Amino acid sequence: MTFPIVKRPHREHLVQWMKDRSECLVMTADLTGSCEADAFREAYPERYFSMGMAEQNMASAAGAMAREGFKPFLHTFAVFLTRRIYDQVAMSIAYPNVSVRLMGFLPGITTPGGVTHQAIDDIALMRALPNMTILDCADATQVEGVLDATERIPGPVYVRVLRGEVPRIFPEGRAFPLDCLTVLRRDGEARTLLLTSSICTEYGILATEAESLADVPLIHANAAAIKPFPKAALLDLLPGITDIVVAENHSIIGGLGSLVCEIVATEGLGIRVHRLGLQDTFAYGASRAYLAKHLGFDANAIEAKLCGIHARTARGHIESRHENVHSDAKIEGL
Amino acid sequence: MIPDIQARANGIRRRVLRHILDNGGGYMSQACSSAEVLSALYGAVLKIGTSVGQAVPLPFEGVPGPERPAQTGAGYNGPRAAHFDRFVFSPVHYALVLYAALIEHGRMAEDSLAQFNVDGSRLEMIGAEHSPGHEYTAGSLAQAISQAMGLALARRLRGDTGRVVVFMSDGEFEEGQTYEALAAAAFYRLDNLLVFVDANGFQCDGPIRDVGLIEPFGARIEAFGCACSEIDGHDISAILCAAGRPTHNKPHVVLCRTNPTQGLPLLQTRHPKLHYLRFTSDQERAAYERQCQAWEKEA
Repeated sequence: MTFPIVKRPHREHLVQWMKDRSECLVMTADLTGSCEADAFREAYPERYFSMGMAEQNMASAAGAMAREGFKPFLHTFAVFLTRRIYDQVAMSIAYPNVSVRLMGFLPGITTPGGVTHQAIDDIALMRALPNMTILDCADATQVEGVLDATERIPGPVYVRVLRGEVPRIFPEGRAFPLDCLTVLRRDGEARTLLLTSSICTEYGILATEAESLADVPLIHANAAAIKPFPKAALLDLLPGITDIVVAENHSIIGGLGSLVCEIVATEGLGIRVHRLGLQDTFAYGASRAYLAKHLGFDANAIEAKLCGIHARTARGHIESRHENVHSDAKIEGL
Repeated sequence: MIPDIQARANGIRRRVLRHILDNGGGYMSQACSSAEVLSALYGAVLKIGTSVGQAVPLPFEGVPGPERPAQTGAGYNGPRAAHFDRFVFSPVHYALVLYAALIEHGRMAEDSLAQFNVDGSRLEMIGAEHSPGHEYTAGSLAQAISQAMGLALARRLRGDTGRVVVFMSDGEFEEGQTYEALAAAAFYRLDNLLVFVDANGFQCDGPIRDVGLIEPFGARIEAFGCACSEIDGHDISAILCAAGRPTHNKPHVVLCRTNPTQGLPLLQTRHPKLHYLRFTSDQERAAYERQCQAWEKEA
């Protein structure tokens, strides 16, 4: 299956969504166009604040503005909102539990910008912060829906946003799944659950369509709310399940795979959890398809893992969508 | 007005020393260096109403979370109103000094200091936002100046006429975030931001000149686009004069050059280890006790 591509899903949607929300502000740190906030800058200059390439100050200042009743939406790359300014996020935003929205772009390996630009540990870091909500977008519909979802959360929210050429997997207009998982496939008698997030959701759909798995009953669900995690929805899917395969655009330490292990262990379920993602390694500058293949969490890797569990032979010929490094949906190759 | 501010400054030193004598340790040099600045802030500079905090602070209810909103100690700096100033206290290891200042200026009951560093109390040793007189949880230094910058921007957006007045320590000018905040405040022309720095020349490891480089202090601040006034931080009329200086679209930083043993020459014998006072002998303790009793007699 191929999905329609939406170019810059956040860019115009942000402008529309902000229209009647005078308390909502946008703050950026020299990556306004790269984070699809440039249309907002043109539309509402009085609510747009360039904070310079100074993320520490941006985070603390935003925390203070939120205490005064504003809702700052910080737009920069996910690495710079998490690893670079962790203490500022913790003390100026998470501790007082204020409504700052941290819009993190280029999650995981979605950039050829290399190790400095790839947020592979951001979920692990943000999960450890009390009061922090974490939302991980898998497609254009979730990118659009996530702004409405933040309205239900009074405290801080960290969002992993997809930008540029983004597939539309879920029906346009569907609400962001804050309290549930989105089940993409549910066969009777399934003993394996595939749980995916971010770009691995597209990979998971491609993998479960493979001929090699045609006669294997499976459940495939997307997780977009990472914290708080819809634990009850996961438990509902688990009767009869012996194996859970988690595929995530993140380190296997501290992310979705880890939290599934925590749930399975604390509930005493005795289900085996297979974690696909970055296997405790950094990444490097290369295309998304190349990295996902070599790091072992693309569609072929998911197919191979599912086939291994079910004694099938994987074909390994799934073609992933190719991302044009010079796409006109982003302002630089990065 | 100035004699009254000076008397209360002396009272801050006296209360801090009494507390240290009774409890075996504390931040004395910070009281010596900042007493006049803090007393002048509460006595004249800050345009604030009377305290709306509990005279004797209630126990701490717990950290902010989904079930519990953040508690604030800012009520001791008066009610919030568009025309009132907001006070931001950054070097929160000076908390004991701030608590003494609140008592001296009638914003907290005298016996509240008994709660200092007691389990379950809001009067934490390193103040946090629930501690009396505190607006932010500023113990990770240099975050408060950024928060003050954000507050000043928010007040500008709302059209408030009150200022944001910040108290900082000089060691915080080793942190990069301080300079990010100054640059952003200057970029947004936040002349509603007024910063007093207790430049006592000391930090945890010793004299600042042996730990890092912050000079030329005033020139740095001006280079980042702020107005800077450099004064003797024990000269109350100079503090009041600097506070009233118009700066025309620029944030204003008042460098208060201070002496960490001001008013307490006994402390000079410990030079250069001034960050924290803990008595090393009964003899030393007795000398401080005599000094404190002399102050108490004067008062």
